Amino acid sequence: MSKKPSSLRRNRIAANTAVYVLLTVMSIVWLVPFFCILMQSFRCESTWMVGYILPQKWGLDNYIYLFTHKVSENNALPDFVQWYLNTLIVALANAVCQTIMVTLMSYGLSRLRFKGRKLLMNAMLVLGMFPGFLSMIILYYILKSLGLTQSGAVPGLILVYAASSGMGYYVFKGFLDTIPKSLDEAARCDGATRFQVLYKVILPLSKPIVIYTVLTAFMAPWADYIFASYIAFGTSSGYNVAVGLYSWLTKDMINNNFTAFCAGGVCIAVPITILFMCLQKYYVEGVTGGAVKG
Amino acid sequence: MANKMSDLEYLKLNKFQRMLHNLVSFILSIPSRLVKLGKTIWGAIKAFCLAVANEAKDILLTFVHGDWKTKLSFLVMGFGNLARGQILRGLLFLLFEVVFIVYMVLYGGYWIGKLSLTGLTATTTQMVTVETGTNIPGMSSTTTVEQTVYGDNTLQILIYGTLSLAFVLCFLYTWRVNVKQAKLAQEYKQYGRRLKKGSEDMKDLLDRQFYKTVLALPVLGITLFTVMPIVMMIMVAFTNYDYNHTPPQNLFAWVGLDNFNQLFTWGNGSSTFSATFGELLCWTLIWAFFATFTNYFLGMLIAMMINKKGIKFKKMWRGILVLTIAIPQFISLLYVSKMFADNGLINQFLQNHGIIDLLHQWGWLSESYTAIPFWTDPTLAKIMVILINIWIGVPYLMLITTGVLMNIPADLYESARIDGANAFQQYYKITLPYMLFVTGPYLLTSFTGNMNNFNVIYLLTGGAPYTLSNSAGKTDLLITWLYRLTVTNNDYKTAAVIGIMVFVVVACISLVVYNLMPSMKNEEDFQ
Repeated sequence: MSKKPSSLRRNRIAANTAVYVLLTVMSIVWLVPFFCILMQSFRCESTWMVGYILPQKWGLDNYIYLFTHKVSENNALPDFVQWYLNTLIVALANAVCQTIMVTLMSYGLSRLRFKGRKLLMNAMLVLGMFPGFLSMIILYYILKSLGLTQSGAVPGLILVYAASSGMGYYVFKGFLDTIPKSLDEAARCDGATRFQVLYKVILPLSKPIVIYTVLTAFMAPWADYIFASYIAFGTSSGYNVAVGLYSWLTKDMINNNFTAFCAGGVCIAVPITILFMCLQKYYVEGVTGGAVKG
Repeated sequence: MANKMSDLEYLKLNKFQRMLHNLVSFILSIPSRLVKLGKTIWGAIKAFCLAVANEAKDILLTFVHGDWKTKLSFLVMGFGNLARGQILRGLLFLLFEVVFIVYMVLYGGYWIGKLSLTGLTATTTQMVTVETGTNIPGMSSTTTVEQTVYGDNTLQILIYGTLSLAFVLCFLYTWRVNVKQAKLAQEYKQYGRRLKKGSEDMKDLLDRQFYKTVLALPVLGITLFTVMPIVMMIMVAFTNYDYNHTPPQNLFAWVGLDNFNQLFTWGNGSSTFSATFGELLCWTLIWAFFATFTNYFLGMLIAMMINKKGIKFKKMWRGILVLTIAIPQFISLLYVSKMFADNGLINQFLQNHGIIDLLHQWGWLSESYTAIPFWTDPTLAKIMVILINIWIGVPYLMLITTGVLMNIPADLYESARIDGANAFQQYYKITLPYMLFVTGPYLLTSFTGNMNNFNVIYLLTGGAPYTLSNSAGKTDLLITWLYRLTVTNNDYKTAAVIGIMVFVVVACISLVVYNLMPSMKNEEDFQ
């Protein structure tokens, strides 16, 4: 009798140790590249790719380069600062516009019943099946005629992101679908209009998902490469960080700019990561809920 | 097997036979499911035609039964409302009509007239002899100057023509609403009911008609910036818009189905367009399959490991993975791509420590390579892309599956354990079916999302190695190929065709899976 529990326990300890080992290995694999980026951003002895991780000579040269280097003297701001500001403006504007659009769209589709609602949702579904940047050429032409390309890329990007953001209503609507309808009905009985229901009942209840939407809307422009590069084509002052840093890794630029790229990456990643970690709870909620309801 | 067997017979079968039976009956049911699908589509077409006929009939009846006010509103939009005291509605209709007519006369007619794309003149530069005055009176000299003669721009015509056509459709719809409103107003008056005033209409927009207020802006944005460009791009697929036909110097024209023919002509040799397309489609599907399911199962595995009873620091493990979501993908992907480059961190490290030489000695690496060809060997590049996608995607899947795993009722596991099920059986009989049921729709969207996963491929390999014809590379997805054709080759017509084909493939897969899924949940189940 005394032998069995102990063997069970031994098994469990063995299993747990195995899991710990696996998790540790996993963490190392996942973190090593980021550790490398961080280390290389402090490397001063060379600016190209090398075969070791820890710098031989530490220093902030790469960061100084980021905040002082200008390709041409005519530029008002250092290249990287300009890109960073561009992206920050787009991200902030997008966080506001997209949240408003998505909220309106999902409230309309989730709580209100009207003719053509199913049709609208099916149309969105079908639209979503087209590759996103099929429309890039046409959009470029339209934006160009409005003067919103190249150096005017920032407002152009904001406009396009905001205009098409209604398509991403699924997660938000999924959340609203879980709020009991009886709440709406109770408010309606008390004489609230539908606008008041949205403003006074639904919005306060959907705080987590609003935060999730703001967070994802804020983060998306930092990673957008395709559209931003097409719109800002060849004009450094219209680049966002993704396009700008990508241009540093092209064949003839990489040997001078590799460590600066790493430093730029750190400058972008650190604030976003901090923000993300603070709002992690809401992000997890949104992602989980969104996936379950499809 | 074809005959339906009774439940009793089914129960007699052993496990393997049951699986076989299920599989066969599934395959046998495909034709009938397809027929059902066809019927649904046919039914939708029929319903649409009927609806159009009904509308026409209603318009006719309105005209016949209408009084003079209603009849006049067929010509002067909003007259029926204006004459019966609904000033706001009437004025809006009237304003719309005026704007429409002015626009059509000034611009719209011009653009629509040119949409045939024939008989146009391109922009050219001509040498023009210009008289220039000289200082000497009575004498004049001439010089030749290069002058640009502006002609038509077919892309502009395509865009504005389509927009004008859309405006016409919009007008027709508004006209129909106008007729309906006139009829309603007349009926209301006849039965002595009070008509709504303008101020009440405005109030309604915040209450009864709130959906109009809420949806107007998003739907308008989507129509202008998503739907219209897609429609125009579909039109481009029927033109010869490419490098040799770039307006304004070289105009493009309609070519009908030529671009699609190109796709379905199987010439000899592997250099044809259709062969490249076929190869990339295969790789796209393989990629989507592996990218979706490796992430899914590994993510689930890691989530289960972290959730395991007795594992400490759960928050820390999860935090480490979540951290990697926060960092913008282009940084991590670009860095990893350079890490594995021929002169990148890994290869330089291996060279410096003589491991490459060792590989040469052992014959694992051909002597012609001085580094491990992570991105230049097609097979290795494909494997690397899938592996790195795991690195990128698993944290996300870990989050999703953690949430779902926690929702599985614990007593299921408890009773399974009492019945003597081991860990593997518990996973196979409880966890997996539950997960698949709950995340089924997610798997579908993630599969189609991966087919269009531009970032991972483009930032890692850029499609290289470019050994295929038509400037396609071995790791190119259809979507990255489309991008390169557009941006580098300016081959817009081909890009448009590929875009449409991607849509067709995605739509087919989604349609089939939706129809085969055991139960697509009703959206109101949760309310």
